Amino acid sequence: MTLLQIDHLNLSILGLPILSDVRFDVNRGEVVGVIGESGSGKSMTALSIMQLLPYGTKVTGSIRLDGEDLLGKTEREMCSVRGADVGMVFQEPMTALNPVRSIGDQVAETVMVHKGANRAEALAIARETLNRVGLPEDRFPLSRYPHELSGGQRQRVVIAMAIALRPKLLIADEPTTALDVTTQAQILALLKKLVDEDGMGLVLITHDLAVVADIADRIVIMKSGEVVEAGAAVALFRSMQHPYSKALIAATSHQPVRKPPQVALDSVPVLEVSSVVREYSLARKSLFAKPGAFRAVNGVSFTIHKGENVGLVGESGCGKSTLTRAILALEPTQSGEIRVGGEPVTSKAGASLAARRKMQVVFQDPYGSFNPRHKVRRLISEPFHLMGRDAPDGAALDRRVAEALENVGLQARDADKYIHEFSGGQRQRVAIARALITHPSLIILDEAVSALDVSIRAQILDLLADLSDRLDLSYLFISHDLSVVRAITDRVMVMKAGQIVEAGETEAVFSNPQHDYTRQLIAATPDLEAALRRREIAATR
Amino acid sequence: MRGASPLTENRGFLAGMFSSRSFVLGFGLTAIFVAAALVSFFWTPYDATALSVVDKLKGPSLAHWFGTDHFGRDIFSMIMVGARTSIAVAVVAVGIGIVAGVPLGLAAASRQGSLMDEVIMRANDLVFAFPALLIAILITAVFGPGAVNAIIAIGIFNIPVFARLARGAALTLWTREYIFAARVAGKGAVRISAEHILPNITNLLIVQGTIQFSLGILADAALSYVGLGAQPPIPSWGRMLADAQTMIALAPHMALFPGAAIVLTVLGLNLMGDGLRDIFDPKLRRSRS
Repeated sequence: MTLLQIDHLNLSILGLPILSDVRFDVNRGEVVGVIGESGSGKSMTALSIMQLLPYGTKVTGSIRLDGEDLLGKTEREMCSVRGADVGMVFQEPMTALNPVRSIGDQVAETVMVHKGANRAEALAIARETLNRVGLPEDRFPLSRYPHELSGGQRQRVVIAMAIALRPKLLIADEPTTALDVTTQAQILALLKKLVDEDGMGLVLITHDLAVVADIADRIVIMKSGEVVEAGAAVALFRSMQHPYSKALIAATSHQPVRKPPQVALDSVPVLEVSSVVREYSLARKSLFAKPGAFRAVNGVSFTIHKGENVGLVGESGCGKSTLTRAILALEPTQSGEIRVGGEPVTSKAGASLAARRKMQVVFQDPYGSFNPRHKVRRLISEPFHLMGRDAPDGAALDRRVAEALENVGLQARDADKYIHEFSGGQRQRVAIARALITHPSLIILDEAVSALDVSIRAQILDLLADLSDRLDLSYLFISHDLSVVRAITDRVMVMKAGQIVEAGETEAVFSNPQHDYTRQLIAATPDLEAALRRREIAATR
Repeated sequence: MRGASPLTENRGFLAGMFSSRSFVLGFGLTAIFVAAALVSFFWTPYDATALSVVDKLKGPSLAHWFGTDHFGRDIFSMIMVGARTSIAVAVVAVGIGIVAGVPLGLAAASRQGSLMDEVIMRANDLVFAFPALLIAILITAVFGPGAVNAIIAIGIFNIPVFARLARGAALTLWTREYIFAARVAGKGAVRISAEHILPNITNLLIVQGTIQFSLGILADAALSYVGLGAQPPIPSWGRMLADAQTMIALAPHMALFPGAAIVLTVLGLNLMGDGLRDIFDPKLRRSRS
């Protein structure tokens, strides 16, 4: 039976059209995956179901929940629908909870608001709900505060708040995007379990096809505010009609074409890291005792040779970012040695200029990586500061800027633009141009494609593969996304709790992992093809 | 929206400047007083310091628009010349605050948690703990009263305000990736502060500067009211109020006009600061409407 019916939904904000003629249904006990890249209107669709729209929005069409039109309801009437009939789970569990209230109070609040229940009853319901989402009483009493929980546990609390009143419909907007892969798998399983138990409808919004492949019954693919294709999950994946859907699925499992690496084992290694330790001192427990220390990086050693691309994978908090910053000489180390192209980074005087000249970095966020007040020419020539008097100027500088921009597929005249004139993918190209301009031998890519949409990600991976072939570059590719690392690296290292637990040829590690943790990571990584095959086998039984 | 084109962004800024009603109103009020101060250099209806016993305590009339005081001086002329003093004191005092405070704040932020950070910020707390008036009394007790000492007193009071603001804003910028990129390029803290951080906190400094400017005018009025500001015969708004106090029953206009001048200038500057904040931070503007 149809639970949610969206029909002819049009939406514009201050005259700018955002959604046009969106339509799809959700049945009871059904998981509908809404998929799209940023700007496709998938979140706006969710917000219009909840009527939580920004100022200046105009909506036409109809959204019916159980036959009742939600668009016709007043704000007051919607208040009793939100939370009670429709629950919502957001992307970022760190900010979706109030840090100064205990988890019991926060879950109980929804119950008290809607049912007029007293505090004791509400807390009883909260307890029961927290048990259901996998936070048992003995380990997670109601009096816990959000900061005492991990990201995955917080997301469970957010889910508990959303389902405390057993809503008919649950909307989850990128519920696992901010989580590690192993946690992501657990949260998806939990959502599926709750849908089966309560007979809820679940609208699962995501940019990641592989995430919905396992649990969605039906799929809706959106692009620029329109539904381009919709249908039963497995059948739709197997017989995509629309060119956009096909392109999307191709981009998800994109493998850039690469030449076999020309590893020069005999020359000076591009990067040598030997038994590096980075400690953070903890808070003093008493005035006289020495404060303890937390080892974020614990005796890590590895070498990158010329022409080699090496991946470093691990979940948040494993120390990979700290290690990156230590290599870049942005953080001090307590012991061990780092050399870039034979030049010391970890000396008393700090990194030598010679070492700094040989490495560059590309960061994750294409929006935060540039000073918004400078033009591209000035932004990408910033690393020339390292060259001191040898830095090119005048026509020579213009040539180097043009060369760097053309290398990344932009044009020389883009140098006179400001950074806000570029899209996210283009900005990441500018970031790569900035890294290339001093002709370094090592580029550290710190989650460099993680914030990009899949189709853009595929293009940037192609660009990186092409650059490493043409310019004889080595990459240290840091990521939490195993499929991306598999596509672009020759060797991979797996990091856990400050140590490298496994290292080897990328294909060998992925096809035959030795360490338990590596196996867990690989098993938890969503794989579109494997998920579809599993479901087809299950269907034929 | 992040993807907005530069054209719409620029147009948004200019249109915002004039669509913000508080900015237009505040700017207008402030402009009137600045104009009055500037004109007073060349022309005032009467000599602001000329005594005329015959005309004393006259109410507002065509000859004397705002009336005269107990020495027969023209109040309109005195307010024009007084605006000069008030604005000069406030401008220089805010200038001292920015020139000394902002570098201190940037320096503290560039080495967060270091000894230098602690020393700078605790020294700021110390200065902040004394009211401006107390510092002024201290300074005048040592160096004698006068406009220059009033400026110094209000200026010292402004230093911690700007130091804290600059440090707080700079701290969030230091975690941005473009600052990391600059550090990877081997740039030092001073260079990064000047090149990347200062230009990105200018908006905040302008807004705070406008508001400190209005506080400076108030502080100057308070100081000259108690006789620690500009000394006679230079007219000042605060002392005009003090003089009016004893004549309040006889000649209420003597208190009314300088009082109104202070209120309107401060109001104008605050409105302008509010308007500027709305213009620089469109998110705030939308949530207000």
